Amino acid sequence: MVAESVLATRETSWSEAVSQEVHAILRASELGKLIAALVRKGYAVVGPTVRDGAIVYDRLESVEDLPAGWTDEQAPGHYRLKRRDDEALFGYVVGPQSWKKYLHPADVRLLSAERQGGTFRILNNETKPKAPQAFLGVRACELAAIAAQDRVLLEDKYHDPIYGARRSGAFLIAVQCTQSAATCFCRSMETGPGVANGADLVLTELLGPKGHRFLVRAGSDRGAELLTEVQTSSATDADLHEAEAGVEKAASQQVRSIDTNGIKELLYQNFDHPRWDNVAARCLTCANCTMVCPTCFCTTVEDTTDVTGDHAERWRRWDSCFTQSFSYIHGGSVRTSSKARYRQWMTHKLAAWIDQFGSSGCVGCGRCITWCPVGIDITEEVRALREGGSHGNP
Amino acid sequence: MATAVTTDPMLPQPYLVQSVSKETPDTFTLKLAPEEGANGSSFQPGQFSMLWVFGVGELPISISGNPAEHKQLVYTVRSVGQATNAFVTQRVGAGVGVRGPFGTGWPVDAARGRDVIVVAGGIGLAPLRPVIYEVLRHREDYGRLVVLYGARSPHDLLYRQELVAWARQRETQVLVTVDYGGMSWRGHVGVVTTLFKYARLKPSQSVAMVCGPEIMMRFVARELISHGLSRNDVYLSMERNMKCAVGFCGHCQYGPHFICKDGPVFAYEQMRPLLEKYEL
Amino acid sequence: METLERIIAEHPFFADLESYYTGLLAGCAANVRFHPGTYIFKEGEEANEFYLIRSGKVALELFAPQRKPIVVETLEDGDILGWSWLLPPYLWKFHAHATQDIRAISLDGKCLRAKCEQNHDLGYEVLKRFAQIMERRLEATRMQLLDVYAVR
Repeated sequence: MVAESVLATRETSWSEAVSQEVHAILRASELGKLIAALVRKGYAVVGPTVRDGAIVYDRLESVEDLPAGWTDEQAPGHYRLKRRDDEALFGYVVGPQSWKKYLHPADVRLLSAERQGGTFRILNNETKPKAPQAFLGVRACELAAIAAQDRVLLEDKYHDPIYGARRSGAFLIAVQCTQSAATCFCRSMETGPGVANGADLVLTELLGPKGHRFLVRAGSDRGAELLTEVQTSSATDADLHEAEAGVEKAASQQVRSIDTNGIKELLYQNFDHPRWDNVAARCLTCANCTMVCPTCFCTTVEDTTDVTGDHAERWRRWDSCFTQSFSYIHGGSVRTSSKARYRQWMTHKLAAWIDQFGSSGCVGCGRCITWCPVGIDITEEVRALREGGSHGNP
Repeated sequence: MATAVTTDPMLPQPYLVQSVSKETPDTFTLKLAPEEGANGSSFQPGQFSMLWVFGVGELPISISGNPAEHKQLVYTVRSVGQATNAFVTQRVGAGVGVRGPFGTGWPVDAARGRDVIVVAGGIGLAPLRPVIYEVLRHREDYGRLVVLYGARSPHDLLYRQELVAWARQRETQVLVTVDYGGMSWRGHVGVVTTLFKYARLKPSQSVAMVCGPEIMMRFVARELISHGLSRNDVYLSMERNMKCAVGFCGHCQYGPHFICKDGPVFAYEQMRPLLEKYEL
Repeated sequence: METLERIIAEHPFFADLESYYTGLLAGCAANVRFHPGTYIFKEGEEANEFYLIRSGKVALELFAPQRKPIVVETLEDGDILGWSWLLPPYLWKFHAHATQDIRAISLDGKCLRAKCEQNHDLGYEVLKRFAQIMERRLEATRMQLLDVYAVR
């Protein structure tokens, strides 16, 4: 097979620009074999599926579990699934969940221990998941979000072994977006819709006259190796153009944006901007935004014992800066008002994150806009701070 | 990019309580030593540990012992809630989990050759005591040592005998005040900033280290600056909610700083724009 | 008199005061001493003087029914004791208790008030300095009120 030999002999530098990558064509009917190959290699395959009126990420047994023919209609505080007039497998953008559900799980036991005389013994503090995971259908914004969490949990002063164990084994199959939702703004955050680096395989779904197929390129050695397990054929320039046009279409459909010029200073200098009172009057501090946000990483630790008190466990759970108790120290919470909490979240996400980790904490996925029950739009809040605001406090 | 610490940062080491002593009606000092096979630890003055009480919870507590003593870790804790109370009521021989040490320390190295001003409010003397030990241990390496200590009332004074002993050291001035004197107190009454006028300071060659309630640190820092110290020579130890102490849980953020790993010790220059922001 | 003038001139409270004024002030000054346990003045008495404490500790006390005297502040070497002489009704608002042997310079408030009325420039210099003391005491008192060390 031409594609196979080309892929087998190419250099292993998978950070080359897209135009220099070797592309191939994978028929849609072959996608199931890709999934099967992953299962044979011992991966637990996770991908999008329809459940409870949304597209969520769950275990996939076969290609039948994918949301064929579904799309999502999103707006502030609004999410509906609609039928498409084709059978696209990836014809939607992002749902309420993100891959952090699998890399940075919502509930993890840190350790269990038992009493021994006056002291205690740690029984186990295992960190490894049962099987390595393969993520099918990772969007460009999601790759950026994973990279952001890598920076927080692996590349700073300390290393989180729970995240590390899940991340190092994870096989990422990206799918480039060929449409955007009304809430997407990855283009202005420079995180998509095209995929550059970070995935083992990059797919673009094509539904043109040549039939339902995927343009595919390997982004790593193991991605290239997986492709040898399925039938591919060479991609033509026309295929490349069709894919590029799809990604361009997704980009041009975006109606929202954040002007990121000087955004750090904008937030730091507007601590007392009247807009915060405006948003505080609407914000319920329900914490939905932090739950759906793919980069939010805050957790808390809870201690439990059994009835005898001889066996204890420490559990790590997702937490949110929107809760009243998040900033509690003896004497009371520091951020008691919803104004202070919303301001903290937005300032951290768009400004402080840059000082802490070298890039924005926001990838422009739009989930916080869609899943806010009152439809607060972070892009609109940035705009409101820029207009009407002085630069600097009185 | 710092080199990542690769051992499991959430795993507590088992330590045993060696002694418990009562400093005030609600404050106790516990000395812990590592169990056989557990990692001991050296620490920098100003660093803190996460102390795990089996089945109850974890506390971020500054280490208040002598950095030269490698066999023990000492903690002075005030009982203010369920977890702190569970800790101070541990008996000798009980096991307590210890993680750490974490955080940035006081600038004891940068202060060499200069005068050291230690200003403590209430339990804030505990994280500063290692500095005093360090300066007294290397007395020739430092100039004058001035300790200004304020507490709520005479009942709340920590380390009373040590305060007397420190005052006797050469080139060392120890001034103590209380907010409320009571009848038998013959010492100074007034907030800790009122001690400044009695302190013999040489501002241009001094480094100040301040610890206490945040309002107190704000007033004290302002007072130190008005006496001529530079904002880069005044250091504060900040406090916020902590669940992990390793920069993952996000709770301790103060502006762009993680108090657990960028602090808890910060130069006043860095803190000044943040201290005046309400509900930051 | 000369010695008193020098002491006044060298006291930080009167720093940068023209020698003509320090001379005026010295004209209202006297060396005083209080034994331990005595009251320098009591609440409600006429306030006709203030003191530059040279050595010793003075406790400012307030009395309330059913309570022992409360020390609200202590003053020591170098502190200025008393400003009630400056403003009507010229009455002391608390007790000043000498807890140690006190050596101080007393300045005749009535005499000084008269000189300030005659010479407003002197009056301004004196008021400026006392305003600063009041401001510092107010700030300290507010912090005391906050009860920062209490458990909430």
